[in-house]
Amino acid sequence: MNKETVERIKNNPKYQELVSKRSKFAWTLSIIMLVVYYAFIMLIAFSPATLGAKTGTGVMTVGIPIGIAIIVIAFILAGIYVRRANGEFDLLTQEIKDELNNEQVAV
Amino acid sequence: MKKFLIIGLTLLLSVGAYAAGALEGEVEKQPLNISAIIMFLLFVGGTLGITYWAAKRTKTAKDFYTAGGGITGFQNGMAIAGDYMSAASFLGISGLVYLAGYDGLIYSIGFLVGWPIILFLVSERLRNLGKYTFADVAAYRLKQAPIRTLAALGSIATVILYLIAQMVGAGKLIQLLFGLPYEVAVVLVGTLMILYVTFGGMLATTWVQIIKAILLLSGATFMAIAVLSHFGFSLEAMFAKAVEVHAQGEAIMAPGGLVSDPISAISLGIALMFGTAGLPHILMRFFTVSDAKEARKSVFYATGFIGYFYILTFIIGFGAIIMVLNNPEYLDVAKQAIEGGSPILGGKNMAAIHLSHAVGGNFFLGFISAVAFATILAVVSGLTLAGASAISHDLYANVFNKHGEVDEAKEMKVSKMATVALGILAIILGIAFEQQNIAFVVGLAFAIAASANFPVLFLSMFWKNLTTRGAVLGGSLGLATAVILVIIGPIVWVQILGNEEAIFPYKYPALFSVTVSFVAIWLLSITDNSDGAREERDAFEAQDIRSQTGIGAEGASAH
Repeated sequence: MNKETVERIKNNPKYQELVSKRSKFAWTLSIIMLVVYYAFIMLIAFSPATLGAKTGTGVMTVGIPIGIAIIVIAFILAGIYVRRANGEFDLLTQEIKDELNNEQVAV
Repeated sequence: MKKFLIIGLTLLLSVGAYAAGALEGEVEKQPLNISAIIMFLLFVGGTLGITYWAAKRTKTAKDFYTAGGGITGFQNGMAIAGDYMSAASFLGISGLVYLAGYDGLIYSIGFLVGWPIILFLVSERLRNLGKYTFADVAAYRLKQAPIRTLAALGSIATVILYLIAQMVGAGKLIQLLFGLPYEVAVVLVGTLMILYVTFGGMLATTWVQIIKAILLLSGATFMAIAVLSHFGFSLEAMFAKAVEVHAQGEAIMAPGGLVSDPISAISLGIALMFGTAGLPHILMRFFTVSDAKEARKSVFYATGFIGYFYILTFIIGFGAIIMVLNNPEYLDVAKQAIEGGSPILGGKNMAAIHLSHAVGGNFFLGFISAVAFATILAVVSGLTLAGASAISHDLYANVFNKHGEVDEAKEMKVSKMATVALGILAIILGIAFEQQNIAFVVGLAFAIAASANFPVLFLSMFWKNLTTRGAVLGGSLGLATAVILVIIGPIVWVQILGNEEAIFPYKYPALFSVTVSFVAIWLLSITDNSDGAREERDAFEAQDIRSQTGIGAEGASAH
């Protein structure tokens, strides 16, 4: 990639939009996942009894639905990201590429 | 090519003949598991057929390393899941649940949560920047030779450690399941793996992985449904029965002693999360798809399959508590006489295998045994391909041959030679480590991946100021810290070397070694004022644009 192309893409408002939207989205989701996981780990380390508390009259404990929920959350977060990235973000990327090609043809 | 395949097959058949002869002596100790052997032979026959088909389609280096970049997101997701659902995680995690209940789930969750993070931050950038190995990405704007050397060392170390664990596991498992002698099992696995990888490259490796993932997921699903159906699909009823029969009673429903202190818990979490994002055979899978879109889909599907699999292993572990524990059929009487309690034949990692017999009789036991063998075979193939690529693509083509273009045919030849060498090395190490305590091996592999591979890769994509000096010295320091802390930690220093007390008290060094690595890379990069460092910083912009948009990225090959 030559310097001129770099400048052109860098100054394209659509590129700036893509980068800012996507990194915000990706980091937000990452932080959600990290908070969920490390909250779980902290609970195990400092207060395992919380996870061992009974949900009802039987043997089922709070920890089991929470554990399964974290697995499901990981999958759902992945789905949310892929949906938006493969739609909105890829569309923006395509527009950036098209503009670049058109400009290069024009030049 | 065809001739070599035939020679390979002959070699394999002769090993098989020897195995059959050796079996007769073992019959008394271990009944001949006919259905397991038939199903395993079917798997081997089928996958060798695929290898033959793939060999005809593997012509260029791109075909060999990345299956031509034409794998779909769904297929790749399945293959990633296959890479990740090793025999160790199938048998190990269900065994852990069987032993300690809830604690098994803690491990599963740690193994899983790295995936969404890989998706959000790493997968598409990796696809947009890389070609064959993750070193392509790490060395994108840095000096090729030193960065690739470090990345190749990190890859090879991770691959060899992992291979040792898999080979020893394979030998013991096959000994137990099929009644084959340990050495024969190890040679068999090594030979098959060499055949798949040298002839079929990434295409064969991927399909072996996909088939195995389907077999493993179907088998595990069947077992989980069989267990749940005993209790009218009521989880509460299943847990109640498990609590009733397990020696620890209600304690199996809550976190126990496996993750005892906060430092260990966090350190384990870091090792699992960053280690996954630094495993060369996993990272390599991102180059097998055509673009960023498919790379994202791969991780999404992989996360789904892996998560589903871990939920299954949790149910399987509880099923084993109910149907295997206290069942005289699976009791190791000899061991019980010495140690008391109710040990099962082959140890806790056999819980899932015994459960397959309990729910589906000899036929299903045969199926699960064959799947466990297939699993090891598929995982070692992926590992070997990653190790061979590090040798041929990083070391041979880009470090030793920096002057002038490397002939592609020659690079492929080197990678095939490297595959054979790694295969033979794996066989030798597998036999050498038979009687050794290898508990530290996978932990060390993860620690190296998390402390050397991951920080360099991550910062090369995200941090403008990274320089070659920072990456090479910092990454090496991270690698050395991980290795040293494992050696002076409780497993190697106390359990293996027999010292009284560990110098480093924690089992998992990642919290410390990853920190050392990041801090050292940061410090040595920002203080680097050389001309080279300035050029590397200036080159970040162009790299970042390619990583964000895929402009200029490697596409799928035309055929």
